[in-house]
Order: sequence, then C-alpha cells, then structure tokens
Amino acid sequence: MKALDLKLMRDFQRLWVQAVAIAVVLACGVAILLTAFGMHRALVDTRDAYYERNRFADIFAEARRAPLSLLDEIRAIPGLRMLEVRVQGMAVLDLPGRDAVAMGRLLAWPEDGTPLLNLPILRSGTPPEHPGEVMISDAFAKANGFVPGDVFSANINGKARELTITGTAVSPEFIYTIGPGALMPDNAGFGILWLTQADIASAFDMVGAFNHLALRLGIDAVPADVIEALDQLLDPYGGRGAYGRDSQISDAFVAAEIDQLRAMAMVVPPVFFAIAAFLVGMVMSRIVTLERAEIGLLKALGYGDGQIALHYLILAGMIAGLGVALGWVAGSILARAMAGQYAQFFDFPYLIFHVPGWVYAMSALAGLASTLVGALRAALMAARLPPAIAMQPPAPPVFRKTCIDRAMAALRLRQTTTMVLRSLIRWPLRSALTGVGLGAATASVIAAGFMFGALDRIIDLAFNQTYRQDAAILLSAELSISALADIRRLPGVMQAEAQQFHPATLRRGPREKRVSIEARPYGAELSRVIGADGTAIEPPPGGILLSERLAAQLEAGVGDRLWVSFHTGQRETHEMVVAGLIEQYFGLGAYVEMGHLDHLFRRSPQMSVANILYDPAMLPDLQRALHATPLLGGVIEMTENRQSFQETISENVVVVNGVYAVIAVLITIGVAYNAARIQLSERARELASLRIIGFSRAEVSLVLIGETMLIALVAQPLGWLMGALIAAALARGFSSDIYAIPLVLAPADFARASLVVLGASLASVLIVRRRIDRMDLVAVMKTRE
Amino acid sequence: MSCQVYAHRVAPGLTGVNRRGRQAPSLRHVKANRVTLCQSGKVMTNTHPIVFRTEDLSKVYETGALKVHALAGVDLQLYSGEFTVLLGPSGSGKSTLLNILGGLDHASAGRVWFRDLELTGLSERALTRYRRDHVGFVFQFYNLVASLSARENVQLVTDVAINPMDPDDALGRVGLSPRADHFPAELSGGEQQRVAIARAIAKRPEVLLCDEPTGALDSKTGTAVLDALKQINETMGTTTVVITHNAAIRGMAHRVICFADGKIADVTVNQTRIAPQDISW
Repeated sequence: MKALDLKLMRDFQRLWVQAVAIAVVLACGVAILLTAFGMHRALVDTRDAYYERNRFADIFAEARRAPLSLLDEIRAIPGLRMLEVRVQGMAVLDLPGRDAVAMGRLLAWPEDGTPLLNLPILRSGTPPEHPGEVMISDAFAKANGFVPGDVFSANINGKARELTITGTAVSPEFIYTIGPGALMPDNAGFGILWLTQADIASAFDMVGAFNHLALRLGIDAVPADVIEALDQLLDPYGGRGAYGRDSQISDAFVAAEIDQLRAMAMVVPPVFFAIAAFLVGMVMSRIVTLERAEIGLLKALGYGDGQIALHYLILAGMIAGLGVALGWVAGSILARAMAGQYAQFFDFPYLIFHVPGWVYAMSALAGLASTLVGALRAALMAARLPPAIAMQPPAPPVFRKTCIDRAMAALRLRQTTTMVLRSLIRWPLRSALTGVGLGAATASVIAAGFMFGALDRIIDLAFNQTYRQDAAILLSAELSISALADIRRLPGVMQAEAQQFHPATLRRGPREKRVSIEARPYGAELSRVIGADGTAIEPPPGGILLSERLAAQLEAGVGDRLWVSFHTGQRETHEMVVAGLIEQYFGLGAYVEMGHLDHLFRRSPQMSVANILYDPAMLPDLQRALHATPLLGGVIEMTENRQSFQETISENVVVVNGVYAVIAVLITIGVAYNAARIQLSERARELASLRIIGFSRAEVSLVLIGETMLIALVAQPLGWLMGALIAAALARGFSSDIYAIPLVLAPADFARASLVVLGASLASVLIVRRRIDRMDLVAVMKTRE
Repeated sequence: MSCQVYAHRVAPGLTGVNRRGRQAPSLRHVKANRVTLCQSGKVMTNTHPIVFRTEDLSKVYETGALKVHALAGVDLQLYSGEFTVLLGPSGSGKSTLLNILGGLDHASAGRVWFRDLELTGLSERALTRYRRDHVGFVFQFYNLVASLSARENVQLVTDVAINPMDPDDALGRVGLSPRADHFPAELSGGEQQRVAIARAIAKRPEVLLCDEPTGALDSKTGTAVLDALKQINETMGTTTVVITHNAAIRGMAHRVICFADGKIADVTVNQTRIAPQDISW
C-alpha cells in the first residue's frame, strides 16, 4: 500500500467518531431513499402484476337495474376489450360473538366458472356453488376468526338468511377495503361476500338484470369516450356515472400511498444528504486547516495539487462509503419492515419485493456525490495552498476596528466576550455555515414533530368538530323523514338527525369530479361543516360548500357556478353556487342544505342516514334493536373509527417521527461538536495563553461555549423558517384525494425544537470543554501551530 | 558570530584580508552583494557544473499597505556537489531564497535556473514535477506525517520518485534502521530529523535543501544530523544547501553565504572544513 493511502487509512481511524456521526446522517438519507423507492417499486410492481394477472378492470359503472339485453349495445362501444356485468348489493350481518352491526358487500360469483374480470384469488376452501353458500374476503375472515364451514346470518334486502362459508379469497378490487361512510378500514365490521349469481340475483330481484359493470379497454381506447358512451347507455336504467380506476376506492388508496412514498423519496433524503454534505465540508475544512503543514510538505515532496485534492476527496469518499453501507443495511431492513406494515393496510396476495439494483446504485451515487460536494471546498483549499506558505505557521488573522468594535468598547465588554464577538465577525462565512447547520438541526426537529400537531388537528377537526355523532345509521333506501321518529324511539338513542348522501358529478367548464354530496338539515348539530375560522358553517339554500382541495381540482372559487349531476333519484342536473370553501383532511367533501335539495328534487323531505347520540350504557340494547330493524343498511361507529385511526396511523407516525427526532439530535451533535472542535483546534494557543495569564477554566470555557451557543441562538429563527418550509413540503407531498395533512405549527413546536437543539449544542460543547480542562498548557504553547 | 557583525567588518574592496589585517587563510571574502563567481578554484572549481543560477532575484511580500522586500536582487551560483551554508538573521531572506530554489515559491522579479531549466515562469504543475524529480527538503520542524511510521514517511517519497532507493536503505544511511517501524511520536527530535533526511535523500535528489535542520535540536543530536548531511553530500555528491542561524555550523561548509536585508552581504570559501563532531553550540 502506498504511504499516502496508509495516511488516509490512519486519518480515517483517527476521525472515526466524527466519520461515523456523519455516516449515520448520510445513512439515514440512503436508507429512506432505498425504503421509499424500494417500497414504491414494490407497490407499483405488485399492483401492476396483480392487476394484470387478475384482470383488474379499467372502467367501472353502477346502475339501479339494467337489463342484460343492454349488453350487446355496450359491447359495441369502440375500444372495449372485455366486459363483465354482475349483481351486487349491501347486507347487514349478524356475526356470532359480535354485538355491533357488521356490513357486507355482496358480489355475484358466476355459476359457470370464475369471473372474467377482477378475478379473486382463493386463499382457502372453494367458491360458492349453491344458494346459501358464501365466500368471504380473507381479511374479514381473519379478523372474525372464520374458517370454511362457519355459519353467520345476514339481512339481505330485508330478508334474514343463514350463510355458510365455503372459502376465503382476496381480490384486486379490494386491496384496500373500506366500508361505506367509514373513515378507516374495519376488517371485522366490513367484509366482501361472494354469493352465487342465482342466489344474489333472486335476493335483490335482479334476475335477467345487472347493477354493476366492469370492463377492460383495448390499448387504443379513449377512456373518457367509453365513460361517456356508458353513461348514455346506462342513464335510462339508473346509471350512477361510470368511472375509471382513479375513482375506484381501493385503487385510489393504493395510488395515494404510492404517491406518498414518492413524495417521501423526493423530500426527505435530500435534506439528509444536504446536512451530510455540510458536515463533511465542516470536518474536511478543519482537517485541511490542521494538516496545513503536512499539505505543504507533500507538495514540497513533489505531490501534485490534483493528488492532494484527491487525497482529501477520498477521505470524504470513505465516509460516504461507510454511510452508504450503513444505509444499505438499514434500508434493506427498513424496507422489509415497511412491507410488513403495508400488509396491515393492503390485502395483496403476494408482494413483489425487489429493490432494483439501480436504486442501490442511485442511493450510493447520491450519497457519494453529496459528500464529495461537501468536501470539494476543503479539497480545493488544500490543492491551492502554496507550499511555502503552507509550511509556515498561519499569519494572525487581520482584525480591524469597525463600528461594531466601537460599540463593543462603549459597552465595556469583557475581553473574553470581545474575543467571541470578534471571531464571529472575522469569520462571517464560517459562523454563517455553522448557523445554517444548527438551523438545519432545528428544522429537522420541527419537520419531525409537525405530524403530531397535524394528527391532533385532524382528530380534533374530524371527531370533535365535524363528526360528533356516536354512530351513523345507514338506511338501505331513502325513507321519509318521519323514519327519524322511529330511530329516536330506539333504546338508548338520545338525539337523532337526518342526512342524505348523493353520489354526483360536479362540473365546471372542462373540469369534472365525481364526489359524494352530503346533505344535512339547517342547524344540524351532530354532523357539521367546519369553516376555516373553526366555526360551524351552514350551506345556504342553492349553495354548495366545497373542501378546498376539491375546489382546487375544479378550479372553482367562492361565487363560481357549478353544474351538479346527481346520480340518485331522478338523476337531475342543477346549477349551484359555490358558497364557501372548507378545510378538510378526509376525502373531497361537498355539502348542501337538505331542505333545499328536497325542494329541488320536488319531493317530500327524505333521509338515507340517521346520525345519533346514544347512551353508552344502553349500547347492547341498541345493537340488538338495530339488528331487528328492517331497511337497515349498516351502522358506522364513530368511536371505533376514531380508535382505529389513532391506533393505526398515530402509531406509525410516532415510530417514524421518533426516528426523525433521534436523527435531528444526531445532526445537532454532529454540527455543534464539530464546530466546537474546530474552534478549539484553532484557538488552543489562544485559550492556553489566557489560562497562563490567569483566567480560570470557567472563563476560558466561556469563550468556547459562548461562541457556539451564540451562533446556535442566532440560528434558531432560520431553523424555524427552514423547518416550516420542509414541513410544508412534506404536508403537500403527503396530500392526495383521500387525505390531506394540515400544516399545523404551534409556537410550542418551535420552542421545543429550539430547546432540543440548544440543549444538544450545549452538551456537545461541554464535551469539547473537557478538553480545555485537560489541556497541557506547556505542551500547547510549545507545539508549533 | 553573527553575520551582521561580520558583514560590516568587511570593507569594500578588501577581499581576502579582514580589517584586523590578519590574513584569513580559511575564509575568502568576496565583495558584498555581488557574488558572480566563486573565484576560489581550490575548493569548488569551474570544472564543477553550475546547479543553480539566479539573476537579480527579488521577492516582495505585500501585507496590506506594507511591502516587505524579502529578497532584493540576489545573484548567485551554486555548484554541483557543493555544501553551502546560508547564514543570516531572521528575515534576511535566506528561507525565501531556499523556497524559490526548491520550487516552493515564485520570485517577484529576476530569474532563476536549475541547470538549464528556468524555474521562473514554470507552471505549478511543472514546479511540482521539478520538486518531485530533483529536490530533497529537510525542515526545521521535521514535518513528518504523524500518522505514518518512519519507513512509511520515507515511502511517501519513494512512492512518487523516478529512481528511488529502498526506504530501508535510506534509513540505514542515517543510522535509523532499528527505528523504521516507529511513529514520529515515538522518536526523539534528532531521530525525527534523521527520518526527514532519509526521506529527502530517498529519491536520490540532485539538490538537498535544508531549512534550519538543527534549529530545534540540542548540540549533540544536532551534530549527528549534520554528520548525516555531510555523509550524504560526500557519498552521493548531492548539492546541499543548509540554512542556519547557527554560525558554528559554517565551518563544515565549502562555502558560506551571509544574508542581510534580502541581499547577499558576504560570501566566504572555507579552505579547510571542520568535521561535524567538532562543532558544538
């Protein structure tokens, strides 16, 4: 091995604590990049393979009751490749051992074999063959402990039935399964049930008809044209508007997750890479400063500028190598753990988990590039150092009297304080860089913590402000508002309010969006709409309230007019004025006043949902009574939703953000410790001189601590700003049609971040201070600088 | 004896005789500031080729408004195989001259040649090449790389030189073979300086430039270092230039050049040389 390489290895050994500290930061970036990209690829590949192998449809449509004779006309739509129709419906389930009402989505299973599209994969048992037999979704079976042969009862279209489980399956249509009106998946309370075609058709009085249609397109098809043609054909039969995959709930959730992973891969790793580059820059500058004489010597011996720059770049490269290696290991482990997490949310039959080589290569390249960029300044500094000057002790830095000095003199500051201030002014770039580094640490604490505030806000807004009902009772059909009186008479019900849901398409110019419009009576107290100012707002008659993200997608503002095509009732289209925008974190909501809607539809007041408050002590009685209620479509327990939300999402956020917080502290220590070490190495003689003159250790330490802490203090506002920007980027990246993450940053968040960083800075400087205590005064004074 | 004191004892034109009228058999005085040729054929003759030649060499350092003339017009020739001592107080310009001769620094004005190669005007890359191929340096503070052992420090040079000797051979020449695997921190000052000399000679340089090689050493260890330099000079024929404050060392040189205020104040040729063992300070 060449002597220069030996020096490299030994330098690396000497610096290993700092090298590891930097490598860990770099490893975080690499690991997150690997995990996010790896999971992104895994989800995309798995989804695509699953969709392709199991023929997931491109277009879906629902109608109230369309005759099978319509099929010939539908097949004639250009671009259509495969078509399948079926009967589907909802049922209320009475599961053994479960008091609460469960819901099931019933799908027909063709008698003559397997479905053509959206082909389920059998996990156990067999598909249903006879009436009264049912195949259930795997997650539903697992959550309730069902195995083939078990029996449960169901209220199908008002008729109680005993169903025998023949098998379990997963389906590409239900990778993510969420019940109607629910905010979170509830595998125990909502399941997919496949019954034979004949069974379900007779149960819903759909013999010779269908109410659900799925089709796959040829490569040359124009989806919008097919959707329009379908809408026209199905319109006379209660068509509810055909839609593509983007509006298919399961696919939309998977797509949102994929987008989030991509956002994470784009936003988070660059922050770590930048910080690692910064730390490398700091440490390398210090090394070059300390090795000034050695650099001069190497040049005197005939080593070229390029060789010397390369020498230091390789040192940075070794740190990068360590970081990348750590990141690869951590990333591979983390990606597998993430895959396990996804198994909780998504029902994939398999997971094609393969992090492609180029992702590893890219993460290594990104890590290497950022450290080299960080080290470049120091390496060039070393290369440009003239040898004759390098071997001399550095000239004392030039200090000049400025107005600041005069101000300091006027203030009669102590000499040690003056030393601190002068050094900050004399090396503004270095002070600024240290400040930026410490600011970045504050920023990462803020960015790590903002999700907690965001979740509190989401939970508060969703469950304390908006959905204040204990439960929502779904009716299987629209009933007269007089049904509310019956619901109020149910045991334990203390308050009940009517509500309607209307699937509809909103159009503004060329833009359109399928949404579910919620209609509530004026003055509703249980389920409300909360405005931006935090107070409940009521949609005025003729007006519609839109969630901000929906309005943005429609490019609509307050006062704009929308065409609203309802897919329910007479499927009328009405013009409505956007009366206001509301901040909302779940879904894309649209709200109208119920009385006005009934008036528009020229009908007596109706309802399809009853929101209730109940006495918890009477819950078992209420549940029993609900099971016996005719026309019950299902029950949504808000408390369960809330619990489920907190348990699943919050847990994840706590874990992920705990990791970020640890990383933030590591960054702080990395920056503050390195800054103090650099100062100490530059000032050892000065500080030793002070000690010799008779300053106490505490006074001398104050110079060192004072400078770093002053920079740390001044850096805080910058850190707040950077933290807010990163948090905003994360919030934007995580938002989709399904969720929005609000940017909630309270003064307490900033204060906490600053306390963490200031505390970690102080701790780091105190570690370095111990070196002052141990300083051998005579030796320091003797050592040639 | 300080060079300043010495210099103003020399009256212009009184070459060969000092003011006390005593014949200076061992020293030959040459007119200050204008040494174009060492006339003495006894020690260094014209048959020895010229290694370094400078022409009105100047170096000005500018620190703020202040201009410091480190070298103010130096004309000098150094011969192959010659052992020269540059004597003078701090700031007299001797280190600056050495740096320029060694290709570590650029002159502000004037010209300097190494054999036929004009150093003034060479690019950084060419100067690096020149240092690598021809020059060995020894510094006052040894400048060993702390993280490398004695052998590895020598290897730093043998790794890049064209025709280097074996690092152990170089260490053997300065009597440090048994200490080859020790790190600088484990070596005494004298040993460290001998490692530095071994490192300087390992490339078989044509010139050995030593800046205060004994400046940080006591008399006894310093003598050993000087002896090593003399051995190298005699056995390898390396042109050796030694800068020193220490007038006691002058006796071992072929020629002594005194510097004052950036100029050559005096040049003397030693008719007889003292052995390093007889030097002390």
